[in-house]
Parts: sequence; C-alpha cells; structure tokens
Amino acid sequence: MTSIYGADGRNVACTVIEAGPCVVTQVKNEATDGYKAIQLSYDERKDKNTPKALKGHFAKAKTTPKKKVVEFRDFREEFEGQVKIGDKIMVGEVFKEAEFLDAIGTSKGKGFQGVVKRHGFAGVGEATHGQHNRLRAPGSIGACSFPSRVFKGIRMAGRTGGDRVKVINLQIMKIMPEKNLIVVSGSVPGAKNSYVILEK
Amino acid sequence: MSELIKLVEAEYQEKRNSLPAFKAGDTINVHVKITEGNKERIQQFQGTVIQRKNISTNGETFTVRKVSSGIGVERIFPIMSPSVEKVELVRQGSVRRARLYYLRGRKGKAARIKEKMS
Repeated sequence: MTSIYGADGRNVACTVIEAGPCVVTQVKNEATDGYKAIQLSYDERKDKNTPKALKGHFAKAKTTPKKKVVEFRDFREEFEGQVKIGDKIMVGEVFKEAEFLDAIGTSKGKGFQGVVKRHGFAGVGEATHGQHNRLRAPGSIGACSFPSRVFKGIRMAGRTGGDRVKVINLQIMKIMPEKNLIVVSGSVPGAKNSYVILEK
Repeated sequence: MSELIKLVEAEYQEKRNSLPAFKAGDTINVHVKITEGNKERIQQFQGTVIQRKNISTNGETFTVRKVSSGIGVERIFPIMSPSVEKVELVRQGSVRRARLYYLRGRKGKAARIKEKMS
C-alpha cells in the first residue's frame, strides 16, 4: 500500500494492483457447457511447469501458459458475444478513474485465534475487582439441563483468516494503462503479491 | 518496497526533489497554502524541525516547533501535501538525535540548538 493525494488535496491510503493483461482462454455457452461464462487467465507461467493438458488449453487461445485461471459467470446482456477466445483484456478498456469496484481475495491466514479476534467478542467482565484470567474468554455457550447440549453454530475459537473475502466499493484513484496498474482507495484482502478478482 | 508502488510514487518525485534536504534540528520556513472561502493565500510558519516521520514514503510528515508569544506551537505537515507550497532552509542545526522531544520541556536559553559547522 501507499498513499496519494486526491484532487481535493486529501491524502488517501491506496493499494496498487497489477490488473492484466488478462487473456480470454475459454468462452462457455449454454449449448456445450450448460451455462454462460468466460474464462480469464493471468500471470506468465514457465513452460516446464505447465502440464501438457493445460499447454493444449492455452494453445487453443493462442497464448502462453498462465498461472491463474478464473471463470466469470453470467455476464450482463449487453456484454453478450463481445469477447472472443484469445482476446486480451486491458485495464484501460474496462475501468475508468473515479469509478467504484469490488475486490475479491483470500484473506491472510491468522492461525488458531480466540473469539475476541475471530468474532469480535468483548471478553468477559473487568480486569479488576478480583477478576482474573477471564479477560478474553467467550463466556457462556448455552444453558444447563435444558437443552443439555451446545447448539450448532455457536461461535467459538478456531482457525481464522484464509477465507474468500469481498470488499465492496473501492474507488479507483488512478489508472496507468501502459503498466496495467490500478490504484484503488483502501485495502484489499490477502497478502502482498496475492491474486484478487476485480468486479465492476 | 515493491516496484509497482515505486511507479505510482514516481510522480511525486518532482516535488520531493524541489524541497531542500532538512532534518531534525534545522530551522525551516514552511509556506503553507490556506484556502479561505474561494481565496487562496500563503502563510509562513518558521520554526525548528523536531522530527521527520515515515521518511521516503508518500505518507512522510515533519513536525515544526516554534515558540509564539511564550507558547509552544507545533505543526505537523505531510511533506507531499499540495498545501505545502515551499520549504526554505533557514539554519542548519547540529543535534545528536532524530526526534527532539526534549525541546518541549525547555525554554529560552536551554532550548537553543548549536549551529552546524560546515
């Protein structure tokens, strides 16, 4: 992340995203696949690390092997039939400055975490007045002899992070089409250099 | 820092180069753009730099302290802010730390900073 100054002189925290060029490697339609979708591929992959089956798949789109393959389903009517297999999708064609987009990514894994971090519990009671070692505890997890069990879905400690997370309404502060860069306000899910899906 | 971030920050490089090299202990004069209604004017703020934070990033700030009619005044300026019009280096000081918080507890003669011998 970095920060840039907007038109009104305010400093805005920003994330720099390299978005493309993405290649259309497959166009699915109802006749052959049962649903409509386009498949985009991004990020160069070494030839020696690509299985033969995938090499053939990329050869069909007349492109080099790619690392990340993502399918986008059910486009709006107006985009019907606009993309062909092998098309390159560039940043400048899709996004414009000052528009809003959504970013989907996999959040950073945080390991086994307690309920305060994981679910935003407030902990139990106070630190003083004779209270001890209950500060970040979950508290009660249910009643006693009835129902004499713990209900399913009670929020407890456990593995945190590493989920698919969507952040909505990030404003595009700047676009650098020649470098395929998008600068969006705010943060996106995931670690540095991880993949995100951008939706409009 | 990632190469991509450097690309984005490159456009601010010109402004960075236009500023003099100053550090904690130096006396500087900051020309601040102030908007009142739809009129713009320049205000000057002269004082001692007591710290520079987040150096070499776009979020870098510096704190200027001066004593105005017996009352200590500190202002924090984001270095890349469009409202920082100009920075003049008035006097270079010689200090042993990067953060001169000790100046806050001192006044008069005790708050002096030795001039840097070049």
